[in-house]
Amino acid sequence: MEDLLNTPTAFRNDAYAKVTGIAKYADDITIPGMLHAVPIYSDYVYAELIAVDATEALKQPGVIAVYTARDVPGKVLFGQIIQDYQVLADKYIKTHGDVIALLVAETRVQAIAAIPFVRIEARELPAVLDPEVAMLPETPLLHPAHGSNICNEHCVRRGDITLGEQASDVVIEQTFKTQRIEHSYLEPESGIAYLRPDGVMEVMGSMQHPFSTRRFTANTLGLALNDVEVKTIPMGGGFGGKDDTAALVCARAALCAYLLKRPVKMTYTREWSMRESYKRHPYTLQYRMGLSQDGIIRFAKSRFVADGGAYCSVTPWVTWRSTVQCCGAYSVENVHNDTYGVYTNNIFSGAMRGFGSPQVNFAIEQLIEMAGEKLGLDELEIRRRNMVRQGSTTVTGQVLDTHVVSLQQAMDRVLAEIDYTNKRSQCSFGDPAQDEWYGIGMALSYRGMSLGAEGVDFNSAIISVQPDGSVLIETGIHENGQGSESAMILIAAEHLGIPKERIRYRMPSTSNIPDGGTTVASRGTILGGGAVVNAAKILKNILTTEIKTAKNIDVSSFRDSGLYDTNNELVMSWNDAIKLCYSRQQYPYAFGVFQAPKVSWDEHTGQGNAYFTWVYACQAVELKVNPKTRQVTVLNIVAAHEVGKAINPDMVKGQIYGGLATAVGYALLEDCKSENGKIVPTNFHNYRIARATDLPEMTAILIENHDPQSPSGAKGVGEPTLELLAPAIANAVYRATGKRFYTLPIRIEL
Amino acid sequence: MAKVKLTLNNETRTIDVEPCETLLDVLRDKLGMKSPKCGCDRGDCGACAVLIDGKSVRSCLIFAIECEGQHITTLEGISGDQLSILQEAFIEFNSFQCGYCAPGVIISATELLKSNPHPNLEEIKEALSGNLCRCTGYQPIFDAILKASKETKK
Repeated sequence: MEDLLNTPTAFRNDAYAKVTGIAKYADDITIPGMLHAVPIYSDYVYAELIAVDATEALKQPGVIAVYTARDVPGKVLFGQIIQDYQVLADKYIKTHGDVIALLVAETRVQAIAAIPFVRIEARELPAVLDPEVAMLPETPLLHPAHGSNICNEHCVRRGDITLGEQASDVVIEQTFKTQRIEHSYLEPESGIAYLRPDGVMEVMGSMQHPFSTRRFTANTLGLALNDVEVKTIPMGGGFGGKDDTAALVCARAALCAYLLKRPVKMTYTREWSMRESYKRHPYTLQYRMGLSQDGIIRFAKSRFVADGGAYCSVTPWVTWRSTVQCCGAYSVENVHNDTYGVYTNNIFSGAMRGFGSPQVNFAIEQLIEMAGEKLGLDELEIRRRNMVRQGSTTVTGQVLDTHVVSLQQAMDRVLAEIDYTNKRSQCSFGDPAQDEWYGIGMALSYRGMSLGAEGVDFNSAIISVQPDGSVLIETGIHENGQGSESAMILIAAEHLGIPKERIRYRMPSTSNIPDGGTTVASRGTILGGGAVVNAAKILKNILTTEIKTAKNIDVSSFRDSGLYDTNNELVMSWNDAIKLCYSRQQYPYAFGVFQAPKVSWDEHTGQGNAYFTWVYACQAVELKVNPKTRQVTVLNIVAAHEVGKAINPDMVKGQIYGGLATAVGYALLEDCKSENGKIVPTNFHNYRIARATDLPEMTAILIENHDPQSPSGAKGVGEPTLELLAPAIANAVYRATGKRFYTLPIRIEL
Repeated sequence: MAKVKLTLNNETRTIDVEPCETLLDVLRDKLGMKSPKCGCDRGDCGACAVLIDGKSVRSCLIFAIECEGQHITTLEGISGDQLSILQEAFIEFNSFQCGYCAPGVIISATELLKSNPHPNLEEIKEALSGNLCRCTGYQPIFDAILKASKETKK
């Protein structure tokens, strides 16, 4: 409990509201005259939709309407990359989570009661559930317009694999499989929409990307973007999972509100959420890796197949990160990777915290140890000989020289904190004489920050100082619960030299501020914070110019609610400077933009400067295995993360703890199984996530090397935290049992 | 419909309920108490926890009609003019992120500290094993409860 020894410094602008129950989430909001919409599913996984008969449903008490794809005034298809995702099933049911119709009633109870009365007629088609089968040329196409069941392909071609083979003394081959994961945000999807008197469709909802929700809604209704205003309200968790499906739930509520001219709420049950919402991609990863006697990796050949399910979502971006990071945090001269995102009739896969890296790290962080063992090198030494260092070149040809490469630092800190080398000698390796097996394991990772060459990457912030000196800020970043608003307030306070208590974060809306892209990819603090710093610079420039003109004094710094000259003499207070500004008919108002530095990518060779900066991490874990019950008990976790600059240190640690808890689930507990294309788990009783009793003490170590390319110095921490614990656990399980497990979740079979 | 008379956050309330309505739905839809949240609607996540006669109960698992004469406390009822020591500690330790689980977690922890003012870590984990949190990894929640229990000593 190291935190008890420290003075906590956590700051949250929403703290009071969240510990008193004042915070209102989507389903907590009611609007007079509001109706309730529910989704209608079918029993089919893949079928041609023939007819929807709502006759009996419409006779049920309170039922107002039943809508199908035919009622959509705009476009039925939408998607962030490929427009293949159906707002409502049109002609074909392509997966078990497809919504066939929307039923609207006066009350939610009435709506749910009427669901069984909607009759669906369809002609079943043979579903394709295995990505390898889907990729065969003779397999019928799920999306004929796309021309292939391969949604996307990425590759890395670096050096010469043949030369690498010749230089290798040992070659190791292994296939790894990872499972489908449900995000398990505690709040199921919910959206509420109503047509405002000014003709604008206003939407509030549980979604992590208001601008995506606006696009989905405008597309569905056939409206312009300025006809829809999406407002941000507290959201009960996202973890990458509240984009496409959550946006669509909002769009469906808006569709009903638009057609009925009445407010409509659509709140999902956990069962609907689990059935319909996209998941983390299951992967099959095949590796062939060669090393020379000195422990240097001479080549790595890999092939990744990700089951993207029925719709594209962001599969091309998720799999792209896997490609870029296909050799983990190691420098390899000769690399050949092929990655495929594949359409099947399974539930679709999309963004989830980690985004294509947890799968790869599960493989590579075991493979490196297996290779070391073959060469007689321990798991630390083999890593030290291959890990990226200052000035290293990545497998995509990027030279890591724009920031501090702190991988070794992270590793050293974790090994010392957990006392790795001493404890390693106590590992059981399946010793039959012991009735409890002990193991310790570790893993490394590096991660490209923000979107990289996935897409355009910029964000904006507005700082508006009021006549009394109090400040309103906003950014194009969404509060997902991670505390982004608080981080932005702290950054603004630091750069304006005023107390954080004088700053309020304005309730964000898509009509207030330009589209800053989605709040994913651990980009909130780095992109939004960068925009705040740049806005603060502009604002300070306004004040400095006004004071120079009015008083011919040069202001050189802003601190302690004052403006100081080059001799550190107080020129005037913050409040007086603001008053001066207004009196001179100048607004102390600034719009700042942070554009991510340039990145590059050649899709034919898989070479380029994929991300403008990187973060580094090491995690280690101790555990015990009961040989009889096969129960794994995690005893201790230590994690060190490079964060650039910790803006709100306790909140950064909170991110780490949360990521570790989710990663324990990834390694040992969670498996969102699909049987014949139907998701098996329905709720938290049959989809088990980590509970309080499943988790050990956790220690979070922050490594801070301010990033020169980030205006605030900060990088990001959300995703790196859960991308490397699963292999650390697998490595510890190996040292406990003497067996390696290549499939997630790890099920001990001896 | 049946009439039920109960005490909610120290106020006597009489309401008409359907026999099949859960306490959670009645609290949220008829009594205006929005702090209990629906996360699973089957007693697995603890987001809907309320105190009934001082005991933490998942309000999605009981019918409102069963609550005749009982004293029900939601997070709104705990949050008077002054925050409790526990709520203060929750703020201090950043024991929530999205905050959706927080009402249920604070209810469970309130019950724990009342019945066992100085719990050890294992007792805290056990008391919270029915409350799911996907954001915090629980550690900041444990820290806050330990802190609150120390404060109680003074």
